[in-house]
Amino acid sequence: MRRLVLIAVPYLWLLALFLVPFAIVLKISLSDTALSIPPYAPTLDFSAGWEGIRSFFAELDFDNFVWLTQDDLYWKAYLSSLSIALVSTAITLLVGYPIAYGMARAPEEWRPTLMMLVILPFWTSFLIRVYAWMGILSSEGFLNQLLLWVGIVDEPLTILNTNTAVYIGIVYTYLPFMILPIYAALDRLDGSLIEAAEDLGCSRLTAFWLVTIPLSRNGIVAGCFLVFIPALGEFVIPSLLGGSGTLMIGKVLWEEFFSNRDWPVASAVAVVLLLILVIPIVLFQRNQQKQAEADQ
Amino acid sequence: MPETVFAPWSDPDARPLIRFQNVTKRFGDFTAIHDLTLDIFEREFFALLGPSGCGKTTLMRMLAGFETPTSGRIELAGKDIVPVPPNKRAVNMMFQSYALFPHLSVWDNIAFGLRRDNMAKDAIDRRVDEMLKLTRLGRFARRKPHQISGGQRQRVALARSLAKAPKLLLLDEPLGALDAKLRQDTQFELMDIQEKTGTTFVIVTHDQEEAMTVASRIAVMDQGEVIQIATPDKIYEEPESVYVADFIGDVNLIEGRASAHGEGRFRIDWAEGQQPLIAASRLEFAAGQQCHLAIRPEKIAISAERPSDADNAVQGRVHDIAYLGNLSTYHVELPTGAIVKAQTANTRRISRRDFTWEDPVWLSWTATAGVLLAN
Ligand SMILES: Nc1ncnc2c1ncn2[C@@H]1O[C@H](COP(=O)(O)OP(=O)(O)OP(=O)(O)O)[C@@H](O)[C@H]1O
Ligand SMILES: [Mg+2]
Repeated sequence: MRRLVLIAVPYLWLLALFLVPFAIVLKISLSDTALSIPPYAPTLDFSAGWEGIRSFFAELDFDNFVWLTQDDLYWKAYLSSLSIALVSTAITLLVGYPIAYGMARAPEEWRPTLMMLVILPFWTSFLIRVYAWMGILSSEGFLNQLLLWVGIVDEPLTILNTNTAVYIGIVYTYLPFMILPIYAALDRLDGSLIEAAEDLGCSRLTAFWLVTIPLSRNGIVAGCFLVFIPALGEFVIPSLLGGSGTLMIGKVLWEEFFSNRDWPVASAVAVVLLLILVIPIVLFQRNQQKQAEADQ
Repeated sequence: MPETVFAPWSDPDARPLIRFQNVTKRFGDFTAIHDLTLDIFEREFFALLGPSGCGKTTLMRMLAGFETPTSGRIELAGKDIVPVPPNKRAVNMMFQSYALFPHLSVWDNIAFGLRRDNMAKDAIDRRVDEMLKLTRLGRFARRKPHQISGGQRQRVALARSLAKAPKLLLLDEPLGALDAKLRQDTQFELMDIQEKTGTTFVIVTHDQEEAMTVASRIAVMDQGEVIQIATPDKIYEEPESVYVADFIGDVNLIEGRASAHGEGRFRIDWAEGQQPLIAASRLEFAAGQQCHLAIRPEKIAISAERPSDADNAVQGRVHDIAYLGNLSTYHVELPTGAIVKAQTANTRRISRRDFTWEDPVWLSWTATAGVLLAN
């Protein structure tokens, strides 16, 4: 009985917070736009009894999904989101790994401080931090002023409202999600393994490549998924830092929903996004599971 | 013609494989190794013995190249190796923690060092198989380290460090995790391997019995210094200091004042109202010089009657009996209150034992049974 309860809790959680909302979104994506409140039809009318339910299901169709394939805006947005998420995950890894490595190698008494510094940005609102980046990256912003002052450039660079700004924003925002799992993996790494590798003829660099990297692999994989998954659907960063040329599915979704008030198409976009995300999420879960098994 | 004994240390022309010259190692202001000078010869099985924290691991790590001495010189085959990084030394170490690579199979762990040398693939295969056979690990080649037992892991670590056929193999408490039986088997296996491969072994151990079993010579260390280096029998029978006598095995230490008593013999006044003891010694003692007589329990005979011909005899009462299976140790209380241990082999069943608690007994030993020590 107790086991049943224990198992039931996460499933109820999943049902209430994921499956039910998803069913609602899926239902909306199968509906049509209408000038009403809510702005779609049909709505489920229980007062009409069986007849009402039957006519409700009869009116649902896949038109919105068909529409997504007809207008090339959508698949281009999906593709561009994928590529932006992939590239920024790679950059985050390149930036995050050395930081995590440095933290794991730092003297014991410094580590809590370093850890706090990594988490510190979460203490202010994400929106404020993104706005701050607008201030830094704009043509009169700090970065350009600094570059002009040092004399590296003669005229201000346009960074804000380009994809570069989006990359900077994503890398900045998700860096802690990359650092923390990698740090956790490196922290557990037994220093004598590196010594053993050197003893057996490895240089420092080969020892790093043959021992440190493989043994932090699970951390790397976890960090990459933790960055890639939210980055794919990211909406705030491309809206605030990106330009008109920045095409990301999160932004498209927002525009369908709020500008066009086309809830059904917006829902269809969301459903497809979710289906795309299922693949990396499942892979992520398998990675976590494998790690748990290896730890035993 | 006498058989040649393996004893390069007593040959003045022999060149040592390893030579520590006045090596000192400090961590901050703590001195872990103090002005240590030490030679280890080729094909030796050299044991480092000492209490925890005396610097055994530090010494090994300096040989492997993980620590640099603060001052002094370390030579391997005549060359100073202090500036040589660990990966360029013909030295391999078996780590106390084994340090097996958890992401690699047993086979790949053993092959790891060979691959670094850019050996041909089939040569690697042959060598790894040879190592697997030697350590009897053939059946576990495909397993990961976490899928085998502690004893098997230890053998993988041994195979891995042997695979490169190093000039010098360092073993830091290699058998610490094993049970007594497996430990003994492995000790003999180690000696066997050493004989077969001709590698020079340096072994660190906490277990003096282990050191006695495997080593050609033992260095007894204390607080970063070598106290005595000698063959196991010398260390046991002829310790040069009270520290070594006390550290190795069980010993009775009787303190007293020495005075000459004939050729190479000394009289020891050790307690008021007790007959003085007689001991032979090659060392010279001034009259009235403070000394210790160190005598092993098994060299003391126990009897009901006073033996007529013994050089030394004292009377006491059985205070305690420790039954060790093959041996029994009698703790005998002397009239002075001191406890002296005497050991006898249990050649009879326990029910037929001659003495029991509180029995009055005589302890006796010859003049040459003990070692007379100045400090
Ligand atoms: N990296 C270090 N920094 C500071 N002190 C150290 C360091 N390594 C060792 N020591 C000190 O040097 C001394 C010798 O250490 P070592 O590890 O050589 O002892 P050991 O003889 O191997 O002991 P055990 O038998 O317990 O393994 C110890 O007192 C230890 O605290
Ligand atoms: Mg040690």
